[in-house]
Amino acid sequence: MKVHAYLIKYAEIAIKGKNRYLFEDALVREIRRSLGRLSDGYTVEKEQGRIYVYCPEEYEEEETREALSKVFGIVEFCPVCIYEDRGIDGTGEDVLSYMQDFHPGYSGSFKVHTRRAKKSYPLTSMEVNAFLGEKILDAFPESHVDVHEPELVLRLEIRDKIYIYSQSCKGPGGMPIGTSGKAMVLLSGGIDSPVAAYMIAKRGVTIDAVYFHAPPYTSDRARQKVVDLAAIVAQYCGKIRLHVVNFTDIQLYIYDQCPHDELTIIMRRYMMRIAEHFAAERRCLGLVTGESIGQVASQTMQSLAATDDVCTMPVYRPVIGMDKQEIVELARKIGTFDTSILPYEDCCTIFVAKHPVTKPSIKTIRHSETRLAEKIDSLVEEAIRTTEIVEVG
Amino acid sequence: MEAYFDNSATTRVYPETADLVRDLMTVDYGNPSSMHRKGVEAERYVREAAETLSRILKVNKEEILFTSGGTESDNLGLIGAAFANRRAGDHIITTAVEHPAVSAPAAFLEEQGFRVTYLPVDGAGVVRMDALLSALTPDTILVSVMLVNNETGAVMPVAEIGRMVHEKCPNALFFVDAVQAFGRMEIRPRTMGIDLMAVSGHKIHAPKGVGFLYIRNGAKVRPMLLGGGQQNGMRSGTDNVPGISGMAFSAGKMYDHLKENTEHLYALKQRMAEGLRAIPDVVINGMPVCEGAPHILNVTVRGVRSEVLLHALEDKGIYLSAGSACSSHKRRPSAVLTAMGLSKSDIESTVRISFSEENTVEEVDYCLQTLGETVPVLRRFSRR
Repeated sequence: MKVHAYLIKYAEIAIKGKNRYLFEDALVREIRRSLGRLSDGYTVEKEQGRIYVYCPEEYEEEETREALSKVFGIVEFCPVCIYEDRGIDGTGEDVLSYMQDFHPGYSGSFKVHTRRAKKSYPLTSMEVNAFLGEKILDAFPESHVDVHEPELVLRLEIRDKIYIYSQSCKGPGGMPIGTSGKAMVLLSGGIDSPVAAYMIAKRGVTIDAVYFHAPPYTSDRARQKVVDLAAIVAQYCGKIRLHVVNFTDIQLYIYDQCPHDELTIIMRRYMMRIAEHFAAERRCLGLVTGESIGQVASQTMQSLAATDDVCTMPVYRPVIGMDKQEIVELARKIGTFDTSILPYEDCCTIFVAKHPVTKPSIKTIRHSETRLAEKIDSLVEEAIRTTEIVEVG
Repeated sequence: MEAYFDNSATTRVYPETADLVRDLMTVDYGNPSSMHRKGVEAERYVREAAETLSRILKVNKEEILFTSGGTESDNLGLIGAAFANRRAGDHIITTAVEHPAVSAPAAFLEEQGFRVTYLPVDGAGVVRMDALLSALTPDTILVSVMLVNNETGAVMPVAEIGRMVHEKCPNALFFVDAVQAFGRMEIRPRTMGIDLMAVSGHKIHAPKGVGFLYIRNGAKVRPMLLGGGQQNGMRSGTDNVPGISGMAFSAGKMYDHLKENTEHLYALKQRMAEGLRAIPDVVINGMPVCEGAPHILNVTVRGVRSEVLLHALEDKGIYLSAGSACSSHKRRPSAVLTAMGLSKSDIESTVRISFSEENTVEEVDYCLQTLGETVPVLRRFSRR
């Protein structure tokens, strides 16, 4: 039996009062975008407080489910079979054939739950439930009815046609992209930053990204890896505008002028400054990084404070409290892990001192930066001017 | 200026070869197995290719088996020979510096119950004959030694090894991976005692995806690809006529000019080596420049990671490789350089420069000049 449609369930957005329609519209738009990558034969309709996805005549169930499982805002989606309304006896037959296909030889507890969207239907919901329950009991003698805690709820929606469903698949939850503003993610090519991007996008935030590369110290393959990671994240959050900044000259200048144990911190401060420039240009409301407290020297609380010192925008760190293992698990789940661990140098791993400071004082760092006064502004300007834009997704 | 010095990774296809390959795809595109005229025509190309290659090696054309390239030839030569001769014994000898297309099948054979001895090399990367002598046993059925090492250009004493193997173990087969050697030097399987020999097309200015395995008449090899029974059942699958023909054409051209090519390559290599020695803290690894293969130079530029040097040169249009080309798939210190006793930090700073006869003195000078300017800059910013 083929599934004809999917009923989309969403939770959080149902409670948003007058803004509800904005959220629903965003969700419909996001579902269309996600399915649009597969084919244009799908229709997505908002009807009577529900969102239905109607599938084309020919389609792949597997890839449809995968696409839906990547749309933020969907809590669950239920595969629905649709039958003509042939009167209650005809519907009885259809229910039995549905049961044979989806729950062959069913022997557990169940109940039937009917919702009458078409109020002109001659029977009440209760009458339909009773009639169909009877039919199922006859056809599946091992089964029994339990109206309080059934193992299986067979749901019927009576519209112009009869919609039947009983299963549900998990969506990613969260809120639809486009409902919470935009943020600029600092993508590194490692494991953490794509996960951070995913988590912030999950809250409905539109994503742009910035990547710092340092040719010849980093290769074209490392850069391609970041583009590939952005493309994976874009499956969830839609097109990402990736800013590729050539950071080499700034890095070398810092290396020449500043104490080596402070390199990473000072480098990160300049990354944040440049990221914030593009964030402002793109009307973002915040910066996003993949930092987690204490993971490396540049992610101690002192280091984070020293990094934030140069930002006027809020810096969001969605994986701040997660252990590496938890981040890895999530990276595997969203599909970025295998790309993240490809062995190419990224910007951060090359200019690392043997013993970087772990407790930098903001005052000292600021002082060290004064050594850069002569050339740093023009180098930053140059880096911004030569930044390449890659549209991903 | 562009200077391609990564000819051990792959070479540019000769334009005449490319024309020939194109014609065999669009004009004479028949299947040699077909009964009709187009098939017969295609078969003739394959036969002529076998004749060309056998003439170069001074062997019979029936001893040439076409494959999809070096990796398949190595796999078939090792695994096919090991299984075909299993009754005679279970011991295999190879070296610590083989290409992965040899060392991985050797590891597979170990899993299958064969015993494998890996011979060490000396500081120049040449296999140690004393180790071979003591490794040969009555159970030895197969000895596998490459002719030219792909990373260092070290030339192994294959004729001497062949003699020793056949003297001590008359039943053992001697397999030679000649992927880096073919086209660069005279190879006479008969006089060198080689029973099986692997060659790849794209290292000799022919397309990728074609190669051959020399199988001495009488040497037993079990086929691995089964099917329509092409090539006397030794390797099923429709013959890659354009590739085969192109490979033979390029090989013919290389061997027609072998003498002048070799002189030219050694001149380039010498010039590069001398120029490099003028840069402080640069070490040339492996055999003395004029004893190693004419086209491979292995160099440690201390204080600069090879990956960084590679990318810096690529910006200037100069292409070479860090370790061997396959290393972009994995990050492991080179087994070859480790076996030669190089330190870890030297290995991380080692690049391979590999020439073809198409390279020019100007390109070498351009490379040297660029290195002279770039290396001091890069050294300033090495990890401290």
